[in-house]
Amino acid sequence: MATAGALERAAARPRARARGAKRGPRAVGRAGLRTYGLLAVAVALSLFPLYWMFVVGSNDSSAISRVPPTVVPGPNFLRNASRVVHTVPFLRSLLNTAIVATAVTASVVFFSTLAGFAFARLQFRGRGVLFLLIVATMIVPVQLGIIPQFMIMVRLGWVDRLQAVIVPGLVTAFGVFWMRQYISSAVPQELLEAGRVDGCSTFRLFWSVVVPAARPGAAVLGLFTFMQTWNDFLWPLVVLRDPNRLTVQVALQGLNEAYFEDYGMVMAGTVLSVLPLLVIFVLLGRQIVGGIMEGALKG
Amino acid sequence: MSLGQVVERTGSPLARPGGSGPRPGRRRLTLSRLDVAVSPYLYVAPFFLLFAAFGLFPILYTAFVSLHRWDIIGSRTWIGLQNYRDLLADPRFWIALRNTFSIWVLSTVPQLALALFLAHVLDRRFLRAKTFFRMALLVPNVTSVVAVAIVFTSIFGLHFGLVNYVLESLGLGRIDWKAGVLSSHLAISAMVMWRWTGYNALIYLAALQSIPQELYEAAVIDGASHFQLLRRVTVPMLRPAILFTVVVSTIGGLQIFAEPLVFDGGQYAYRGGTGRQYSTLALFLYEQGFRSFKFGYAAAVAWVLFVLISVMVVLNVLVFRRIRSAD
Repeated sequence: MATAGALERAAARPRARARGAKRGPRAVGRAGLRTYGLLAVAVALSLFPLYWMFVVGSNDSSAISRVPPTVVPGPNFLRNASRVVHTVPFLRSLLNTAIVATAVTASVVFFSTLAGFAFARLQFRGRGVLFLLIVATMIVPVQLGIIPQFMIMVRLGWVDRLQAVIVPGLVTAFGVFWMRQYISSAVPQELLEAGRVDGCSTFRLFWSVVVPAARPGAAVLGLFTFMQTWNDFLWPLVVLRDPNRLTVQVALQGLNEAYFEDYGMVMAGTVLSVLPLLVIFVLLGRQIVGGIMEGALKG
Repeated sequence: MSLGQVVERTGSPLARPGGSGPRPGRRRLTLSRLDVAVSPYLYVAPFFLLFAAFGLFPILYTAFVSLHRWDIIGSRTWIGLQNYRDLLADPRFWIALRNTFSIWVLSTVPQLALALFLAHVLDRRFLRAKTFFRMALLVPNVTSVVAVAIVFTSIFGLHFGLVNYVLESLGLGRIDWKAGVLSSHLAISAMVMWRWTGYNALIYLAALQSIPQELYEAAVIDGASHFQLLRRVTVPMLRPAILFTVVVSTIGGLQIFAEPLVFDGGQYAYRGGTGRQYSTLALFLYEQGFRSFKFGYAAAVAWVLFVLISVMVVLNVLVFRRIRSAD
């Protein structure tokens, strides 16, 4: 109700303004001053918490309790950051997270492309049913199986070992779904048939025809997966306790819990934890935006 | 069934290897048939095996665990539905349930409305720096939940928080955001909203831009007013996108965990505040399972939450069907 109301209000005005112009009826208003004003506010709100993170992380802890509060970055970021890495094995956690995220991403991209290829372009009995199963599992909140998942890890002796976080993440239903959709539109059937006629084995077709053509879709999937794994929290929190074996989210939460009064240090740690993804995002954000918008149309 | 039959049945061009190429030897032909028949299964197997082991089995086994008194050393006693009876009589469960729904509604409704509005603004013609705006709105989604929660906990801090500073300088009093039910829910909802509004705006924007121009033209020829265009064309065409975002926020929102946990900061032993005023079902599950190590009881919480989410998702879909047929 509220949603529909907002939509009507939002959409009605510019439409009315566009009426006189020589355009299609869909043509919404041109971007004017008000558009940029609104977007500037939205962008400011969007970036402010990140800015604030750096402000607190770069001042000493007494600056935050000053009235009025300090609102500009200070000179102490490196000092705060070095206190973080000397207080807890934070660099180790960053390294662990990089290992986990890289392994999971490589695996998800490979197996999703493989399975996506099978679902998009190969004939086999049960294909329809199996694919439906994949779609269905996408909405199953599997993290609620966390109690038995933990028991499995105890049984395997994987508690406090990185494979406890890596192995369950090696495949995702979303990945298979995504790659199937991408390969359906990016790999022409004729190309595969031609390859078949030339005597290619199925795996050869996959490696020499499908993989090159599917690369852009796989890249976006890889970005999504890497970020998601980097930010994963509940499962690593449950299965990793040894301070040297933590992923960065768990380490950050522990830092916050133990030193919550040392604002400067905790925020410097927070900055360190988001920095790698922010760098990736600045470099490749365009692809991520594109991926989300394309994905929206397919889903 | 023999492999030969498999190949016969599938009947795709791909399923007929070596048709017109140089005639391969018999042995090679058999191998190649085997390849065609077996490869697809090999390719999809990794997903199904791993999903079965680490996804499907645990979720089903949760139901079994929930029927026991089960502790960390693995000693277990069958107690039937006792965990569920205890749960329904446990005020902590009802508080967590109330909080979960309250935070979910407080974060989802304004978030989706705002996202629609933002999508509409981003949809303007000749917008410059398009990519910049889209990326800037998506940045929060890349930031981890833990980081978001830490920053917002600081912003909503009692003594040195920015929000309270602003309130005080406006002549209003400070609010102890963590102390109240509504105030703590609002603070937590702000975290969720900040992280997801931009993402949802991009989904809506994609949907808005995919509405074919011809639909509007045809409607205009039929004499539709602007309001009718909105009601009969734009809203129905956005419906799948809205359903998608509602389902995603339902699945994610009802499992909300990191935000209340970080907001609590461990000070109250993962209870979600002194009076559990922002304890959620997922937090309660974690507390029972991994702080009190009552696996059976925690499994009952997990199973209830699982059923609850499934029911809510089905409800979402049904309500959307209803709205469509009512039009």
